[in-house]
Amino acid sequence: MQKESKDILFGPIHLKNPITLQVLGICSALAVTTQLEPALVMSAALTFVLVGSNVTVSLLRNKIPGSIRVITQLAIIASLVILADQIMKAFLFDVSKQLSVFVGLIITNCIVMGRAEAFAMANPPMKSALDGLGNSLGYSAILIIVGFFRELLGSGKLLGHVVMPTVNNGGWYNPNGLMVLSPGAFFIIGLIIWAQRSYSGELQEDEN
Amino acid sequence: MELLNLFIKATFIENMALAFFLGMCSFLAVSKKVETAVGLGFAVIFVLLITTPLNNLIYHYLLQEGALSWMLGEERASTINLEFLTFIAFIATIAAMVQIVEMAIDKFSPALYGSLGVFLPLIAVNCAILGGSLFMVQREYNLAESTVFGVGAGTGFALAMVALAAIREKLKYSNVPPGLRGLGITFITTGLMAMGFMIFGGIQL
Repeated sequence: MQKESKDILFGPIHLKNPITLQVLGICSALAVTTQLEPALVMSAALTFVLVGSNVTVSLLRNKIPGSIRVITQLAIIASLVILADQIMKAFLFDVSKQLSVFVGLIITNCIVMGRAEAFAMANPPMKSALDGLGNSLGYSAILIIVGFFRELLGSGKLLGHVVMPTVNNGGWYNPNGLMVLSPGAFFIIGLIIWAQRSYSGELQEDEN
Repeated sequence: MELLNLFIKATFIENMALAFFLGMCSFLAVSKKVETAVGLGFAVIFVLLITTPLNNLIYHYLLQEGALSWMLGEERASTINLEFLTFIAFIATIAAMVQIVEMAIDKFSPALYGSLGVFLPLIAVNCAILGGSLFMVQREYNLAESTVFGVGAGTGFALAMVALAAIREKLKYSNVPPGLRGLGITFITTGLMAMGFMIFGGIQL
């Protein structure tokens, strides 16, 4: 693979991560990660929508008039989200119930709009697909890390299987209830950002 | 009384930003200064107040199963279910309403436009707005309830954002570890705020 495409594909995983550096798409990253399974399903749904919307927007980029581009992009994204939602309702009904409104909220997930606007409007379809895939990978990586810790520490399970038997069930692990609640998600993402920026110093910000 | 209860619940207990993480992108981006946070806060309240009841009407009279009976009669309408169009109808309504509100404010109150104007386009893609409408469908609110829910959710969002902006203004003077500066400390602060808001859990009037 050429170096440029490699950068487009793998850049967003670490140095240009959509969640921890571009500050995009945080809502769903926090909301669906109480367990690992919905986090995985959400990542898959977002990948589908993001790659699809990037390619579609990129194919149409020379035909979309500048003044109505936002609403055109929204229409494309909303159609893809409806598709993803219907597929999930048909094949993964339980998880779809658990994700509740957050599938619909992929429409307003800033990653999708942001990448359509910033990348797909200016680049050919192949590159846009790679960019979509790369950003989904970066998003999924964070979702999976957060989901992993929240489910493991919050209920001692992973993907529903007991890893650390909890005290209530006669085991030894005393689950940390905070992890399942909303503050836990904020803390974990905060700590991920801390770790990531300490690891690569050039990502640090100067001001608070 | 029921409505007041709903308002309290939407504002404090089920706070859009801190309990459901909705509208996080603008929540983090705009909370650097109290002044801008107040501006966006009011814009969110305003748009939620309009779009939630409007989407409620659209859902009940156009999209829901058999909702078209006022137009086609009971028999023909009962076979039509346009629920799958919910997302696209809602987002179109929101985008259109934001545009109209922007133009109306520009025309009638240039002063208000000066302070809210820049935030209105941002709001069309704020998940708190779409989230409000989607929760309204999921929890089966009627028209009055969805209006109150819209205002309550907006107020909660605005409160949380202004509070965070105030904290961040003070944070400028503290010595934060380099890796945590900026976004990192903001997340931790928001986490602590979310914990604070949890004390409202279980309040009922």
